[in-house]
Formats: sequence, structure tokens, C-alpha cells
Amino acid sequence: MQTIYTDFLVVGAGLAGERAAVEAADAGFSAICLSLVPARRSHSSAAQGGMQASLGNSVMGEGDCPDVHFADTVKGSDWGCDQEVARLFADAAPIEMRRLAHWGVPWNRVVPGKSIYYKGGKQFEKIEAEDKEGLIMARSFGGTAKWRTCYTSDGTGHAVMCTMDNRCAQMGVEVHDKTEAIALLQDGETCYGVVARCLRTGELLIYLSKATMIAAGGFGRIYPNTTNAVICDGGAHTMCVDTGVVPMGNMEAVQFHPTGIVPTDILVTEGCRGDGGTLLDVDEKRFMDVYEPEKAELASRDVVSRWMTYHMREGHGVKSSYGEHLWLDIRHLGEEHITGKLREVYEICTSFLGINPIHQLIPVRPTQHYSMGGIRTNKDGAAYGLKGLFSAGEAACWDMHGFNRLGGNSLAETVVAGGIIGRKIAEYLQGCETEFKTSLINDEVKKQQARIDALINCTNGSENVYKVRKAMQDALHKGANIFRTQEGLETCVASLQDTLIRAKNVGLRSDGRGVNPELASALKLEGQVKMALMVAYGALQRTESRGSHNREDFTARNDRDWLSRTLAYWKNEGDTLPTLEYEPATVAVEIPPGDRGYGHSEIISADDKKE
Amino acid sequence: MSRLLKFNIFRYNPEDAQSEPHMQEFVLEETDSMTLFIALNRIREEHDPSLQFDFCCRAGICGSCGMVINGRPGLACHTKTKDLPGEITLLPLPVFKLVGDLSVDTGSWFRDMYTKTESWIHTNKEFDPTALEERMDNKQAVEIYELERCVECGCCISACGTARLREDFMGAAALNRVARFLIDPRDQRSEHDYYEIIGSDMGIFGCMGLLACEDVCPKHLPLQNQLGFLRRKMGITSLKRIFKK
Ligand SMILES: Cc1cc2nc3c(=O)[nH]c(=O)nc-3n(C[C@H](O)[C@H](O)[C@H](O)COP(=O)(O)OP(=O)(O)OC[C@H]3O[C@@H](n4cnc5c(N)ncnc54)[C@H](O)[C@@H]3O)c2cc1C
Ligand code: SF4
Ligand code: SF4
Ligand code: FES
Repeated sequence: MQTIYTDFLVVGAGLAGERAAVEAADAGFSAICLSLVPARRSHSSAAQGGMQASLGNSVMGEGDCPDVHFADTVKGSDWGCDQEVARLFADAAPIEMRRLAHWGVPWNRVVPGKSIYYKGGKQFEKIEAEDKEGLIMARSFGGTAKWRTCYTSDGTGHAVMCTMDNRCAQMGVEVHDKTEAIALLQDGETCYGVVARCLRTGELLIYLSKATMIAAGGFGRIYPNTTNAVICDGGAHTMCVDTGVVPMGNMEAVQFHPTGIVPTDILVTEGCRGDGGTLLDVDEKRFMDVYEPEKAELASRDVVSRWMTYHMREGHGVKSSYGEHLWLDIRHLGEEHITGKLREVYEICTSFLGINPIHQLIPVRPTQHYSMGGIRTNKDGAAYGLKGLFSAGEAACWDMHGFNRLGGNSLAETVVAGGIIGRKIAEYLQGCETEFKTSLINDEVKKQQARIDALINCTNGSENVYKVRKAMQDALHKGANIFRTQEGLETCVASLQDTLIRAKNVGLRSDGRGVNPELASALKLEGQVKMALMVAYGALQRTESRGSHNREDFTARNDRDWLSRTLAYWKNEGDTLPTLEYEPATVAVEIPPGDRGYGHSEIISADDKKE
Repeated sequence: MSRLLKFNIFRYNPEDAQSEPHMQEFVLEETDSMTLFIALNRIREEHDPSLQFDFCCRAGICGSCGMVINGRPGLACHTKTKDLPGEITLLPLPVFKLVGDLSVDTGSWFRDMYTKTESWIHTNKEFDPTALEERMDNKQAVEIYELERCVECGCCISACGTARLREDFMGAAALNRVARFLIDPRDQRSEHDYYEIIGSDMGIFGCMGLLACEDVCPKHLPLQNQLGFLRRKMGITSLKRIFKK
């Protein structure tokens, strides 16, 4: 068996992982990123909108600064974030965007003079300043006070990912693609690397490192409907869950986006509604104006998703072979607008649905979109529970997003956090000495080989991988979705507990030889069900509504009892529920909890505590 | 009643000594808006869990799912079954190393390409975190982005006659990459530096200009224009070199 040694091992070659690796390489350390796919196929490249940084170059961004960005981020999080982290982020974001420009990102730039833009379907005019010509331009995004989102046409993630991967190649950071980490090498105190499976041959590999980082992105695929890539399945998170000592933070905080297309849940931009598109039901009747007379389709993401789900529950959904959905109507915007400003949407509709949105309705439904929760770290990116283990990006709960993340803040987080945490890791590596115990490594490899053999030989049973996975996804979909109630969550938890037993009894139908995709799915399934339980059980305990976590039976945001972060552990192998602990949402308080200015306004104040 | 689709899929597992390359038939009932992404996943989950293929974004943006679909290289995720006849033949992309069934190793090929073309900005300027960003003309930024849209799916390489004949031919994606840096004002390499990289039969002079690459590019990159542009540039550079000697 091959053993590969490096100073710094990153599980994940998306923007967060590669950015951190570059920082370590810059300090003279060797770094290897593992990835399921070639680095540039990481989900970071799917982000089109852009990334937030308060450069304030555009006329619509005038007066923007890290303070305003910070305030938007804290409000967006519904006061669930760590304010010290949000501050670090807002301050560093402008420098990171400029650094990216230096490395080669072709950011769109300010063009001086008059131009037209749309807001709420209406046309406006702006004049960009002469002295800002050629500086990085920004566009408008939801939840932000200023135009702050830096972009490259309609492919920001792709362009930044290319540049970052180029930088890695230049710095000698190795990317081992088609390599899947399946277990951490650790002794309950320190992390020494991972056991991985080669997705070219199926053989096991050992990676030893002084510092290990999980930058494996989101885990949207534990839900049936998601905008996430098929590789965003939480496989790397499950390695941390398995240790019993590394907690997951705020797993109940899951963001849903109103307009994923049916059947494949590919995202169509919020711009459709921003530019005047409407949502229709099975009778092709508008309904958002009934529920939200003021803002209608333009209410915030979580609010629109909630009403859409409610309306379908009331029996107004359109039935299809892929389940129920609603319609998005942009026909009235006209051909010029649709093929111009909404080119992206036009292309998605024609290539994936075979429909022409100029004349036809677009089938949409609210869809899982972003995982605010993840591996809990401190502000330096060090994971709780294990020395030498770090995490960054969507995989981590660093926690600048709290219970709701703003559009454009996540892509920016990947590079900002990657930079900050990468530097901390370089410091950690300086003067770090480690001993690798061969017995520990051998034991872990044997354990993994035994798991694989048991799956192939159906030693524990012959439950079908895909059926069990579907049971998990359906349970979450029914019980831990946009609307949550005690009853629904209890049913969800109970059915996930059954699913956990089934997951332990999975056996392969194929022979498991070579790369075998069925084996890859089976290896992470039990861990995924445990994560699903962390989502559902955490949501059951949290008796309030905050950001994306929306309890119909507890509609107020309860700062008196819940200004806290959930930490979920899987302490013993035999447990059927996670162990939950709590910590304060933030220690540093720059902005005390208050009204966000949108969404629900019922608040139980933290001040009530004293009485 | 919807159509019954017949899939002929290439099967071979190089990690299994018993495995022989062959075609296998699967039958599926077509559903609304069915894409090859949906169809292949159903085949794997309902018929043969060992079937290997690659999808990632399933939205036409990551380039994972290149394969030969009824004789033509393309992205499987944005291929709708309703645009295909009732009989669908799927083969892995040629030129790249086969991993198994429909899965090929584009990652190693492209990584090798980055090394050959030194696919990064060459500059001796240091980044100054306290300074404003260097200015750039927006038109220029957009032009660079247009060339950077390549998703490295490998379709152009697989469709290219030269690439099939000679293993060391760089292919349209690599030449397009060079063009991207050539027009970037931040890159300080000279035309002579680029000539060292592509000024041979492995590079721009190996291209027969038959257009297959541009025809199959799912991102509609202007590959022909770029090839023409490079051929002119490198032709001139080549002449200058001759006269200098
Ligand atoms: C459709 C869509 C559009 C979006 N648009 C925007 C936007 O406009 N603005 C914005 O701010 N945010 C956006 N987001 C969110 C943002 O793109 C992501 O949160 C961010 O890119 C995540 O980056 P990352 O580096 O953390 O992980 P990723 O880019 O997801 O990378 C994860 C890496 O981990 C690897 N990996 C995973 N598991 C393993 C394992 N077990 N072993 C080895 N490797 C593994 C993968 O191969 C991959 O390389 C969008 C998200 C989606 C889904
Ligand atoms: S034009 Fe050149 S690069 Fe394109 S397919 Fe033909 S030979 Fe290959
Ligand atoms: S140039 Fe086009 S066909 Fe070739 S790899 Fe890039 S996207 Fe694919
Ligand atoms: S799966 Fe990403 S392009 Fe097809």
C-alpha cells in the first residue's frame, strides 16, 4: 500500500482548500489537495453571481466599507454568527479580491459614464465616475446595502477557480484528483492525515500530514432536491463525525432557494423575480401577492420558499413525474430582456428543459442550496476536538453566516477564510514535530478494509444502498424542510433512526471491484444518516425561528433562550441520536441583537432573561 | 405511452482481470425532460450499480460528463433524450486514458497541459496589499474571460484528428489557453517565450484546421479564431527568428 507524506494535507481542492494550500506553500511547506474530481470541477466553479467585498468603486457602492459589509453580514445571519469572525472577514475581503486580480482573475471593471439598470422591473440610470475607470466593478445582490458583489460576467466561480488552480500549479501544490478521503487517522487527540480510496483503481492509500484541513464543500446531497453538485455529499464530514470528538456546528441551519428547476434542481437566478418575473400555481394563477401583498415575489429567499411550499401543501402544486412544482413566468419580460439580461436562464431552459422561456413557463420548486452548518472551528480555523485538524469554506462552521448566509458571501468566504486560516496553519507548521505511530495507521487501514469486505460480502445484510439513501433523503424532505414543526421533526427523527439501522445493514449488489461507484456510496451512507439526524434532532430541540430555521410552532426569534450555537457530536458508535451541546453564538458583540429589517419581526429579547 | 429507450453502453473495467471490452444493452422508459444524467443514474440505481460514469455539477458548467453520444463528443448532462433517437449509443471519450466504462481521466491530461503551457500569469511584480488594484480596461477583461470559459471537458481533443494520430499534440484547449495568457496584459511573457511552447508540430503547426474542435465545443468557444490568431502570430515570430539567425 502506498503511503504519501506531506506537511499540509487538504481534503478538497475547491477555492477554500486551494487558497489555504497556496498560503502554506508560500511559507515553504509541502501541500497536497485531495479531490473527487479535477480541481476546476469543484463546486466553487458553479457560482455565477459573484463575491462580496466592500471596494466601493461603483457609484452604487459609494460609501461602502468593511463596517457596512460587517453589519449586513451580522443582520443576514439573524445574529447567529460569530461577530469576531464576521469582522475578520469583512476587513480582509477587499484585499483578497485585489490579490485575485493580481493572480489573474479577469474581474469586470468600471466603465465610466451613463448606463441603465433595472430594479423591481423598472428602469433606472446611473453614471459611473471617470476617476474609477478600470477598477474592479460590483453588482447588486440581495440583503446588501450597497452594490458590493465583484464578478466576472456570469462565471465568477469558474474564473476564480481557474486562477486559483493556476496559482497552485505555479506554487507546486499537488492536486491528487479522483482520490476520496474515507477516514481520519487520529488517536482521539491529534489528527495525522487520512485513509483515502483511489478512484482510478479502487485501492486504499495512506496520507500522512502534520496538519490536515477539511475543505470539502457543502453536503446538500443528503436532501433529495438540491442545487449542489453530486459530489457535495458530506463524505468528508462523516469522517469527522466518526471521531466522536469533533462537533458539527448548527447543522439545523440549511438554506433553501426558491427557484431550482424541475427535474434536476439547477438554479435559475433570483434576477428573474428581481426583474419582474412571477410565480404561478397549477391554475396558472399568481399567489405570492396574496400571501405577501407588499413584496410578493420579491420577499426574501426564505420567505418566498416558505409560501411556495405552503401553497403546494394546500393542493395548488403542479403534478409531474418528478413530484410537485410551481411555475416561474418571465414571458412578459419579452425576448430582448430574456436573451439579454437573463441569457443564463434562457440557456438553462433551452439546454436542460427543452423549453423556451419567452413563450413557456419554467417549472420550479424550492430547493436545498447551502449548508451553513459544518465542522465547528475556532476563529483560526482549528477544528474543535482534534489537534492538527482544520476546516474552511462551506464545509466549516467558522461561523460568519449564522442561520442565514447572504448571496455573494460564501464564495468570498472561501478565499478570505482560506487565506486567514492558511496563514495560521503555516504558523502551526513552523516548529511542529509529529510522530506517526505505525500501529495506529495499520489499525485504521485494517478497519477500513474490513468495512469494505463486509459491504462486498454482505456480512451485515443486503440492504440496497440507493434505497436506504432515498429513505434518508425523503425523511429530511418531509420533516426537516423549509417549515418545521415538533410533530414533523419527531417523525423525521424516528424514521431516520430506522434508516440508521438499515444503513448499518447495507450490502453491495455488484462485486465491488476496482473503482466501483456503489461501494463509494455505501462507505459514506451510515455517516450521512448520522448527519441527517444532527440536522433533524438539532432542529427539533431549537424551539424558535431564526434565519433559515423556521418553526411553525415557535415563530419568534428567541434571543432570550437561543442566542446560541448547536454543537452536535456522535459520541458512541452504538448511539441512536447525536449528543447536543450549546455555546454562545458570539463572544464579541459589536452589534447587539435587533431587527433585521426584513422577514419575521417577532423577537423575544435577550434582555428578558434578567427578569 | 412514452418511448422505451434502448441504451448501448460501452463496458470495461480495467481493474478486473476477467473484464473484456463489450457493449451492453439497457432499456428504460423515457420520462419528461429526461437528460442522459437522469437516464444513466437510473440505469445505475435500478439495473447495474457497477456502471461507471462521471457527473458533477449536472448543469453544464464543470465539464465532467464528456462522452461520445451517438458518435459525437458532447456533455451528457445537457443532452436531452427527446433530441435523440430511440436507440442511444454511449462510448467513453477517446484520446484520454480509460478509467472504466464511460469514465476517462481528463484530470491528468489537463494537469500535464498546465505544466507544458505554464498556465499562470508570469510577472515580476509583487502584490501590495495596501495599494489599489491595478487598473484594467473592461473590454480586455471580458475578452480574457471569453477564452477562460473552457470547462476542460476534453470534447475538442477527442474530436481532433491530429490528437488521435499523435499523442503529443497539444490540442485546441491548450492552444486556447495559450491565447488567453497571450492577450493578458498582466503576463509579461514575450511572443518568443510562447513560441517555445507552441511553435512546433506538437503545437500550432500540427493543427490541420478542420474545425472539428469548434463544432463540438459545448461552450461555443471561438477556437478557430484563436487557432488562426496563434498561427499568424507564431508564423511571424518564426520568420523573425529565421532572419535573426
Ligand atoms: C449553484 C450554486 C451557485 C452558487 N452561487 C454563489 C454565488 O454566486 N456567490 C456565492 O458567494 N456563493 C455561491 N454559491 C455557494 C458557493 O459556491 C460555495 O459555498 C463555495 O464555492 C464552496 O467552496 P468550497 O471551497 O468550500 O468547496 P467546493 O468548491 O465545493 O469544493 C469541495 C472540494 O472537496 C472535494 N471533496 C469532497 N469530499 C471529498 C472527499 N471525501 N475526499 C476528497 N475530496 C473531497 C471536492 O472534490 C472538491 O474539490 C453557490 C452555490 C451553488 C450550489
Ligand atoms: S482545427 Fe486543429 S485543433 Fe481543431 S480539431 Fe482540427 S486539427 Fe484539431
Ligand atoms: S475548448 Fe471547449 S470542447 Fe475543448 S475542453 Fe474547453 S470547453 Fe471542452
Ligand atoms: S456534469 Fe458538469 S458539465 Fe455535465
